[in-house]
Amino acid sequence: MEVQVILFAIFAVGAIGSAIVTVTRKNPVASAMALVGHFFMLSGLYLTLEAQFVAAVQVLVYAGAIMVLVVFVIMLLNLGTEQQLAERSSYLRGTLGTLFAALFVILLALAITSNPSGANQLSSKAVEIGTTESIGQSLFTQYLFPFEAVSLLLLAALIGAVILAKRHVQEGA
Amino acid sequence: MPTSIPLDYYLILSAVLFVTGVVGVITRRNAIVIFMSIELMLNAVNLSMVAFSAYSGDIAGQMFVFFIMAVAAAEAAVGLAIVLSLFRNKQTVYVDEVNLMKW
Repeated sequence: MEVQVILFAIFAVGAIGSAIVTVTRKNPVASAMALVGHFFMLSGLYLTLEAQFVAAVQVLVYAGAIMVLVVFVIMLLNLGTEQQLAERSSYLRGTLGTLFAALFVILLALAITSNPSGANQLSSKAVEIGTTESIGQSLFTQYLFPFEAVSLLLLAALIGAVILAKRHVQEGA
Repeated sequence: MPTSIPLDYYLILSAVLFVTGVVGVITRRNAIVIFMSIELMLNAVNLSMVAFSAYSGDIAGQMFVFFIMAVAAAEAAVGLAIVLSLFRNKQTVYVDEVNLMKW
């Protein structure tokens, strides 16, 4: 077996496993840790697709920044002991949700396998488009406007987060 | 070095990961876990975008992933701020205990 196939299998199983752990753990901290693992697995999958820049950004932004924020909020909320954390589980919701999700997966798999893309090889250009150089090249030429728009969005999110999360001071005090 | 993995494998993997996220959103009550499940769904879409990009030799898919990551970061900041202010006002992060706007 080729090394790419083995790597794909390892990362795919790891990604699915950590995703399932993320949605099934009762303790949100355990979910968050599984999600960090999931992001690393996805980063590995991006590397099998020769997308080096996206793989690095995945680890930096998701596993680094966003998950630190999530864990920080979980700790800040101080949700109590694990006993209290146990969710009142609704069997109806759990079973129906999983059932329809399984149905949806089967539908999607059927849709994909009945129309095979026929693409069995990475494009010959895959190696060169995944580099930081080529991403930066088109980010600052063809995609300059979306890039600037995103910076505005981040500013708006920054202000919104500060206003939402700040403690309201007493009126007139 | 081209791989011998068909594009469809990546698409099916992406579909499975997306649906795992959907299950999380449907079945969990904890707002933070629901938030993490939304991140799972975003990442599943990112995976299929990168796969399409690499197999078609078009950089557009990876640019979209870059912008999706920026939007996800903004969403994380605002979403967690909302959870924080929800907890401050209601002392709960369980979404079924917050039914102020339920008709």
